[in-house]
Amino acid sequence: MEKFQTLYSAAVPLPLENIDTDQIIPARFLKATTREGFGENLFRDWRYHADGTPKPDFVLNDASYAGQILLAGKNFGCGSSREHAAWALYDAGFRVVISSYFADIFRGNALNTGLLPLQVTEAELARLFALAEKDGDTQFVVNLPEQTLHVPATGDSFHFDIDAYKKECLINGYDDIDYLVSQKPAIETYEQNRTWTW
Amino acid sequence: MAKSLFDKIWEAHVVKAAPGGLDIVYIDRHLIHEVTSPQAFDELEARALPLFRPARILATADHNVPTRRQHLPIEEPLSRSQVDTLTANCAKYGVELYGLGHSRQGIVHVIGPELGLTLPGTTIVCGDSHTSTHGAFGAVAFGIGTSQVAQVMATQCLLLSRPKRMRISVDGELRPGVTAKDLILYVISQLGTGRATGYFVEYAGSAVRALSMEGRMTVCNMSIEMGARGGLIAPDETTFAYVKGRPYAPKEAAWDQAVAYWKTLFSDEDTVFDAEHRFDAAAIAPMITYGTNPGMGIALNGHIPSEVPASEAESFDKSLQYMGFQRGESLLGKEINYVFIGSCTNSRIEDLRAVAAYVQGKQKAGHVEAIIVPGSKQVEQQARAEGLDKILADAGFELREPGCSACLAMNEDKIPAGAYCVATSNRNFEGRQGPGSRTLLASPLVAAITAVQGRIVDITQYLN
Repeated sequence: MEKFQTLYSAAVPLPLENIDTDQIIPARFLKATTREGFGENLFRDWRYHADGTPKPDFVLNDASYAGQILLAGKNFGCGSSREHAAWALYDAGFRVVISSYFADIFRGNALNTGLLPLQVTEAELARLFALAEKDGDTQFVVNLPEQTLHVPATGDSFHFDIDAYKKECLINGYDDIDYLVSQKPAIETYEQNRTWTW
Repeated sequence: MAKSLFDKIWEAHVVKAAPGGLDIVYIDRHLIHEVTSPQAFDELEARALPLFRPARILATADHNVPTRRQHLPIEEPLSRSQVDTLTANCAKYGVELYGLGHSRQGIVHVIGPELGLTLPGTTIVCGDSHTSTHGAFGAVAFGIGTSQVAQVMATQCLLLSRPKRMRISVDGELRPGVTAKDLILYVISQLGTGRATGYFVEYAGSAVRALSMEGRMTVCNMSIEMGARGGLIAPDETTFAYVKGRPYAPKEAAWDQAVAYWKTLFSDEDTVFDAEHRFDAAAIAPMITYGTNPGMGIALNGHIPSEVPASEAESFDKSLQYMGFQRGESLLGKEINYVFIGSCTNSRIEDLRAVAAYVQGKQKAGHVEAIIVPGSKQVEQQARAEGLDKILADAGFELREPGCSACLAMNEDKIPAGAYCVATSNRNFEGRQGPGSRTLLASPLVAAITAVQGRIVDITQYLN
């Protein structure tokens, strides 16, 4: 996993609530057996007509907006557990998704992919949408070690929470699997000592 | 100290506390399928890690399989490749596979309980959000992403923060024509699609206790649709009667010991939950959804809301526009094009019996295409043994072979753009059943009556 420390970027605003993982990457594109290449079908049915031509009113097709930060309404990533949703966002160049809350499985998948799910309050999210929509060039600074989101042009600054362990993992590029494998002796001891073995 | 059912099971599976307030949690059963496992096997390969406990894994092919002519090679090349990859990985790593052609193949959340692999007090994971289904047995069961699938393959454990606990109690008696599916659609419509995010839900109350195991599975299955990590129900005599004698269930003396333990699995009387919600079963009517998330549900004879909070208006109106509906409208009389009876929510024998009992001697409407996809080969065989296949065929319903099918339309079973489908599945998201498809979620009974009438009706006037 790639390390994440500080990111300077403009943001892409997608002010819809309950964006489910079927919208992020429709099921018909889950047939690959590798992790790469899902970005081209990110938000496929919002982004393209059935014949493959872009829908001009979708934000990813609007040249006014670009960047590595996606701003989205509450309950982002609900629905299917497909990690392909996090892979698609990452593959399309996103490194941060900001919302007022994330679905649990998506949050875990994002963290395991190196994509930061950055949770702010509803009021902060509304402010961020206003800033990003007004001027697509507005720069945002995500500082993970400091746990801050800063907007240099306006002086807005927000603190965000993140689990201390997952923060260290992102900063250092560590996966849970490294840690779990290191704990195998404890796992084997647990297996030997448990009462029920089914 | 009083403990919840969830905490009793969780604590019995904590290997040790980990840094940052997390727990290393042992997983008893790992279910895998063709869509979310290949990249996890690749990860083992890339890291040169062995599969730690192959006997604790069970594989099936379900998401991506055709529901016709399953004895022939899969026609669609990418689907075939994914299923072949699963077969090769299972052979290489020694994982038991219930693939196409196996007499017990089926949807992963249908075959686990059928086999008796799903047991009270166990931890169960799968790279599929509807793993919550297994909570019906008093198991802690939840969906995971592919990185976590690899973690369980490598260590039989996950690194997790303990979720908060929510109890949802439904007391009283369900009215005629109201089923477990209506109960859970009602609860989700009341709480909304994200209210249980961060929680593990326990379902309780006399209406829940009165449900069959199939009904309890339907309820727990949809826990994820209100954002919950999972949902569970304390095991009882209904649970034990279902599990007893199944292939993987404990036998003889081990059975008696197991039941003695399972009887300790309930929330202690003074348990304090982080959130509590109570509902009256008698207030629940047959339900249907009108929008593009499962929280957008109403009683069949109700109306789509006219007012929503300003902050939700844009998403709400986008959803109605997609569905071709208006604020404040009734759905009664709307013509529908397809009926899909299947998915891990409602494809069990009890569901097929409910449909057959209603449609016996009737005919589906001429303009409706009605397909029934059983949850497993066992369900399919049982339906044939009971003669349900004949009843369904006579009524114009097509009984297919098992798989996830039109619930997520990864295979050929898709609903065309603009068409309306009353589905017994779990999600009405945009394009879920195929690009542009419009899904209305309902119970098998509502689906059967809708297929016969060809339009949405208040089913309470049409019950046999």
